[in-house]
Amino acid sequence: MSQALVIVAHGSHLNPDSSTPTFDHADTVRASGAFDEVREAFWKEEPSFREVLRTVEADEVYVVPLFVSEGYFTEQVIPRELRLDGWDVEQWDSDGTSADHTTLTARDVEGKTVHYCGPVGTHDAMSDVIVQRAESVTGDADVGDGFGLAVVGHGTERNENSAKAIHYHADRIRETGRFDEVEALFMDEEPEVDDVAEFFESDDVVVVPLFIADGFHTQEDIPEDMGITDDYRMGYDVPTAVDGTNIWYAGAVGTEPLMADVVLERAAEAGADVGDAIVRVRSETGGVAGD
Amino acid sequence: MQSSLSESLAGAARLAQTVGESVRAVAGFYHERTAWRELPDQRRAFLRWVEGADERNVADRYAALAREGVTRRWGQLLLTATLATDGSRRYDLRHEADAERGVGDLTTHDDPLDARHIATNDDDGRYRPLKTAPTLRTGWVFPSLTAQQVVQAVDFFYPATVANWYREREGDLDVTHWRETAERQTGIYDIVDELSGEQVEWLAESCCVDSQCLKRRMWDEDEDTELDVPRGDGAFPCREPCSLVIAAARKWAVFEGESEREYTFTLTPSEKGQLEEILDAVADGRVDEIREADVFDGANRYRARWLRAKRAAEDGTLPAVEADGTGDEADGADADD
Ligand code: SF4
Repeated sequence: MSQALVIVAHGSHLNPDSSTPTFDHADTVRASGAFDEVREAFWKEEPSFREVLRTVEADEVYVVPLFVSEGYFTEQVIPRELRLDGWDVEQWDSDGTSADHTTLTARDVEGKTVHYCGPVGTHDAMSDVIVQRAESVTGDADVGDGFGLAVVGHGTERNENSAKAIHYHADRIRETGRFDEVEALFMDEEPEVDDVAEFFESDDVVVVPLFIADGFHTQEDIPEDMGITDDYRMGYDVPTAVDGTNIWYAGAVGTEPLMADVVLERAAEAGADVGDAIVRVRSETGGVAGD
Repeated sequence: MQSSLSESLAGAARLAQTVGESVRAVAGFYHERTAWRELPDQRRAFLRWVEGADERNVADRYAALAREGVTRRWGQLLLTATLATDGSRRYDLRHEADAERGVGDLTTHDDPLDARHIATNDDDGRYRPLKTAPTLRTGWVFPSLTAQQVVQAVDFFYPATVANWYREREGDLDVTHWRETAERQTGIYDIVDELSGEQVEWLAESCCVDSQCLKRRMWDEDEDTELDVPRGDGAFPCREPCSLVIAAARKWAVFEGESEREYTFTLTPSEKGQLEEILDAVADGRVDEIREADVFDGANRYRARWLRAKRAAEDGTLPAVEADGTGDEADGADADD
């Protein structure tokens, strides 16, 4: 039985960097040799969700959405466009952050079994990626002591689960006790990232947006809203002091190489035989090898 | 059968001009009969198409493969198949515009994954959201890909084109027509199903003709209502309106919701002609070719600036008298959702 991994992501008609993290993580998984085939597919780029399944030859296909939360895309758009037969969101039995996987067939490809996984953004391993992003941006593998951590989300767009995912990881990281303080902040709802310094007592705060790719929100909006730059085109320093607090702005968490591990974990939990790829990819991408 | 095959091979060997060529021809034939048997149908069909297996006899094909190679176009890609001594194929893949250039004049690549990056921007560095737009960058070559790699590279340049081409060949391309695709849309694209048949014609004329996209459009308004716009001559089919067309359709559905009004502008005849030239230049993507001092071209920058200086108000609007000005013309915000 051959197996394929299909990573589905948003992509963009306007921003060429939108698909870069998807390609990078796909390449990491390819290099691990865990799958016979790995293919990327996009809502806005090609191959489209509609046509990606026919581009893979394997009988077992693991579909992992590179999205930050459960909602409109993972529950409606992707299953509809992949033509998953008999999809019902109940199959994930999720409380908004606990989707795992379901096994279906797809109408346009005969003889293939499709394992449709929950999004990377709500997987437990995503908390590790957020922490690793904090390590990357501070250049300190032990960052935590004396530091606050802000996990930033878009907020109330089309679905309530987007905020749930932010709180979920903020809570998990807070429980580890690694950072002095951990807060969930948002672009479009309270508590707002604009006033980031007000929510922390620590002198140093790492700000990690839970976004898959860098783009308008993470490169223009958030830096300007927080006041680390007046004009995003001028860039910003890391850290930048705002109201006496050093803001270490990390940019989109989705660009962190360890994301490839979350993709693999999703597929492995859905039944993919990935051998020791998870351990290898974790150690290559800077995560801690093992569990 | 057996004898005709061996005759064919003998023919190929005769057509070959050197011992090396005839050895390669025989090995190549053997390779096709053995290793290629294992390949998935779709991939084997494409590889055979590349070397024109259905259009020439075995003798001619192998003689050509062993000699200068066999060349095919796929969109703007140029594929040349040759034979290695063990009979396996090697493929040179490049832009068709680089057909005559030596490998040394081009940037060489050996990893098919590089195709994704080559396909990202055009020669002027602009992002290409539509992979099958006829704007593929030039100046690169994959000089020696294996059969497996060439199919992978082609699929990165033009995703799903091989799969859809194969389905079409087998007579089971699943075309989804405009109405069905439009009605399926949700969220901000929900409104695209408001476009009329005539508007769908304009949509296809705007986005889908060969000057804009190399896929051959196989979808119509619906199964019973063909569009008049030419489908194009591409090797590979388009089986459904793509995301770019849906995103553009949304914008047009919003604009087309406005009611028409009558305006009166004051222009000289050459100014009216100039506006038409500007419209054409933008629609045909010709703006970048207009020379700085070519004031004979209505879409020349200086000409356009003169017109603006003379006719436009400070905020850039054209002062016009409106015959019956009622209603509003609110414009939805741009989104990339
Ligand atoms: S819908 Fe039109 S523009 Fe889009 S891929 Fe098909 S032919 Fe090309």
